[in-house]
Amino acid sequence: MYDFAYHRPKSVADAVALLKGKEEARPMSGGMTLIPTLKQRLARPSDVVDLGGIKELAGIKVEGNNVVIGGMTRHYDVASSADVKAQIPALASLAGHIGDPAVRNRGTMGGSVANNDPAADYPAAVVALNATVTTTTGKHTADDFFKGLFETALGEGELITSISFPKAEKAAYVKFPNPASRYAMVGVFVAKTASGVRVAVTGAGPCVFRVKAMEDALAKNFSSAAIKDIKVPADDLNNDIHGSAEYRAHLVGVMARRAVDAANK
Amino acid sequence: MTISVAMTVNGKAVSGKVEARTLLVQFLREHLGMTGTHVGCDTSQCGACVVDVDGKSVKSCTMLAVQAEGAKVITIEGLAESADKLHPMQEAFRENHALQCGFCTPGMVMSAIDMVKRHNYQLDEATVRRELEGNLCRCTGYHNIVKAILAAAPAMKSAGV
Repeated sequence: MYDFAYHRPKSVADAVALLKGKEEARPMSGGMTLIPTLKQRLARPSDVVDLGGIKELAGIKVEGNNVVIGGMTRHYDVASSADVKAQIPALASLAGHIGDPAVRNRGTMGGSVANNDPAADYPAAVVALNATVTTTTGKHTADDFFKGLFETALGEGELITSISFPKAEKAAYVKFPNPASRYAMVGVFVAKTASGVRVAVTGAGPCVFRVKAMEDALAKNFSSAAIKDIKVPADDLNNDIHGSAEYRAHLVGVMARRAVDAANK
Repeated sequence: MTISVAMTVNGKAVSGKVEARTLLVQFLREHLGMTGTHVGCDTSQCGACVVDVDGKSVKSCTMLAVQAEGAKVITIEGLAESADKLHPMQEAFRENHALQCGFCTPGMVMSAIDMVKRHNYQLDEATVRRELEGNLCRCTGYHNIVKAILAAAPAMKSAGV
């Protein structure tokens, strides 16, 4: 790891000020991706701004029909929250299956969403539940937030403060973890909310994406039988030593059907 | 960048000067000379470096020493009451022959204690196996580790630890 200047601000305003004007500065939330990246010398930030000391960024509250989760909320806290379990059990379950217990004690929702790893779990929940990402400069809809491989709508020095998830009538997330890394080879989050049915896929492509054909079919008939013949084209999917694009395309169908069945239970 | 860091390790106040990039595990092993915490993979996967920070198990190879400023850290060295009286989890590992080479054991024991507490001393085999996802052992095939953890859960409860 190359050395860097370390900062531990106490407020969001201080964090934003520290990041401002420093092109090579990086914010750090749980560090579960950033620290391994630094150890491999794949990044060389001039400054690391640790968000771990900012109390206002962590926490979970229910506001009307939404569950609002602070950017620095750890996966363990989402997984074990009585509010999340009661309002959106699929989201609690997703958080409880990220990485392993020690990783869940450190990793955060905001960090995962801001990083937008193609195999991360949370982006699928954000898109399928049509969540709203609130940042230090404004609000982003789920559909506008994820732009591509490790790319988001976040501007320089812009931090995720919270994510607001609408309650779901029905929802489930099912993933096929890579047997070694446990990252999602394919994960599908299916949700039926006030804004309709959404099917979001992570792990399969360079970035989370929706499957419109499945959404339309499920809107008419929310059952796994309704989507059994819908195929996802393999063209733009990931093709690597862990699985071919065709294999991933096949998994999308299988995981989607399992997710619909789980959501109907 | 050199930074002064202070924390409590196994009940004792410690401090030192570290670089910003110094990992918690390096601080424990190289600055404090506490080599009970191991580095197996250095890629956050194997769990040999698990320690307890403010009541939560963490991989100390994936946390900066400066992030533990002011924290209460417990390592494998902080578990036994004395040389003759092991922690119930350590005792259960010995009783059940839950180790061969012993390299993963410090992290296994730390994760196991955290697991037992989080599940309120009530565990079944499937839960133990799932919860061990972040700890790799290349010798035992996990069977005796699982047995040891299941045996330690009621022992920890009756010992009040």
